[in-house]
Amino acid sequence: MSESHLQPSNSQPQTFAQKALARAAGLPAVEIGQVVDARPDVVLSHDNTAAIRRIWLQFGQERVVIPERLAITLDHAVPAPTTRHAQNHAEVRQFVAEQGIRHFWEVGRGICHQVLSEEAIVLPGQLILGADSHTTHFGWMGAFGAGIGRSEVAVLWATGELWLRVPESMRVVLEGELPLGVTAKDFALRLIGDLGADGGLYLSIEFAGDGIQRLSLASRMVLANMMAEFGAKTAYVPPDEKTYRYLAERLMKRKIQDARLGGNVEVTPAQDLGASGQPSIPNLQSFIFDLQSSALFPDPGAEYVATHVYRAEELEPYVACPHSVDNVVPLSQIAGTPVQQAFLGTCTNGRLEDIAAAAAVVRGRRVARGTRFIVIPASSQVLQAAMERGYIQTLVEAGAVIGVPGCGPCMGNHMGIPAPNEVTISSANRNFRGRMGTPEAEIYLASPAVVAASAVAGVIADPREVQGEGVKVEDED
Amino acid sequence: MHISGRVWKYGDNVNTDVIFPGKYTYTVTDRTEIARHALEDLDPDFAKKVQPGDIIVAGRNWGCGSSREQAATCLVYNGVAAVIAESFGRIFYRNALNNGLLAIACPAAARAIQPGETVEIDLSRHVIRCGAGEFAFPPLSPTIMGIVAAGGLVPYVQRKLAAAAP
Repeated sequence: MSESHLQPSNSQPQTFAQKALARAAGLPAVEIGQVVDARPDVVLSHDNTAAIRRIWLQFGQERVVIPERLAITLDHAVPAPTTRHAQNHAEVRQFVAEQGIRHFWEVGRGICHQVLSEEAIVLPGQLILGADSHTTHFGWMGAFGAGIGRSEVAVLWATGELWLRVPESMRVVLEGELPLGVTAKDFALRLIGDLGADGGLYLSIEFAGDGIQRLSLASRMVLANMMAEFGAKTAYVPPDEKTYRYLAERLMKRKIQDARLGGNVEVTPAQDLGASGQPSIPNLQSFIFDLQSSALFPDPGAEYVATHVYRAEELEPYVACPHSVDNVVPLSQIAGTPVQQAFLGTCTNGRLEDIAAAAAVVRGRRVARGTRFIVIPASSQVLQAAMERGYIQTLVEAGAVIGVPGCGPCMGNHMGIPAPNEVTISSANRNFRGRMGTPEAEIYLASPAVVAASAVAGVIADPREVQGEGVKVEDED
Repeated sequence: MHISGRVWKYGDNVNTDVIFPGKYTYTVTDRTEIARHALEDLDPDFAKKVQPGDIIVAGRNWGCGSSREQAATCLVYNGVAAVIAESFGRIFYRNALNNGLLAIACPAAARAIQPGETVEIDLSRHVIRCGAGEFAFPPLSPTIMGIVAAGGLVPYVQRKLAAAAP
């Protein structure tokens, strides 16, 4: 048998999306446009788990076929704001207990994408399908994450597999270093503003360039997360030492058997045999080695529908104006617009570095009269770290309101719903009409520093002007 | 297979939040109630006046945004027969077909069709007929046609599981 017969596509350079879906479908290689039956390593759902269960019951099964691959959080309306939400949560807990789902996180633990990242449930090179559009998030670590519908999750519970089309890919390159006060959020808004909310429709957005490697992991999450607003099927940031270390430390924290969801990629840390011949405790390096081995990288010369190159030094803070995420203007053009509410949080920008940026802006200042500042950490770990570092103290002293980790008012459930005709500036990913509850409110999207500066100014404001200088925030990874 | 219906026409980037607001996603479970909120924040007349068999025609990126399946099922529960658009948000596209709602990407037809007119979709010939003429669209894959013909992904998979059972 010739070598080319064994690995038929080795001569054809492959995108990340091709490699990841080939692995998930158990095929040596796949073509762009091919439809495959993929077996995801992780199937994510949240408050919608109860509704998915009702669909799944139509299959007449007693047990889901892949309980070890299910990951469920309660995050979208937590703690329950109404009796109906509480009933919904109760149904989810009942399902989790019945099916023996181990990867379940309760009210207050945090937003699904943040929690799964912190717990190292998804690993580089894996496939995660989630009943949440922002499942593109897991591109931060070089995993293939795609959002799907409730019926599709029910089918995965029943069969373990789902059809996926291998997408075309777009390459987005960031070169250089972002100026002080310019963030990954600004880069994402600029890209979506330039190419439109459907600029990445059906595509795998594969990031590259030294500017991307310079970003903190939290900032990489922002990029991958925001690609849902670009229409993308998935997003990809090449993993590096920083990625492996972050995940390895978290894998170490969990029991070794928890490190495996029974997926396509085995992460089995090598056990060094000590002088006594007894296995020693697995070390960080062995986890790092295994993560490196499972990571996937696009080949040079892989096929892209387009390549867009940005110079980081040429970027500035941007704001997405109502009611579309591609309605993007430079911050300077919109500064001075009065806001009644500033909201910092969500799976896009509710992490420690975001809260650190906000604390740096508001330190020694007060939230403006007539404006409220709502801060909701993305997870309980983020909240704890923000407390330990004094950021929460600083924010509360400035007059901010701290909410329970979760999605907060992002999709109009509770904890910061604006009144009609009010204006909110938000660190979230969506400013659709009606998103936060009422179609008569306006939502502007910006980076956490801009949200914080606007909270203290009472109008959309540049943090560099509020502070009189740039805000330098330490890398919090 | 022929579908003929009266047209409701909308623009670009109509997102899932205006099709079915997020505030209802975890509490509204009844079909009639889901149907009543369809397109609430875009066109409050829609749910009151839509007739079974009606067709939605839209611009680019119809259904962008959330994964919430009610953005498709709220149309199904109102009897909407098909959505013709220049392009679709990808999760909406899957959700529509998975619930037996025809989603046809046909930019030329989507631009030419006028609000209120009656259009015809001929699935066997892959053409849309309207006042401005006839427009071809790419045939749907056998898998997708199978899902739509079965009435959606769940009945489709039910049949597959039943066929595979000993």
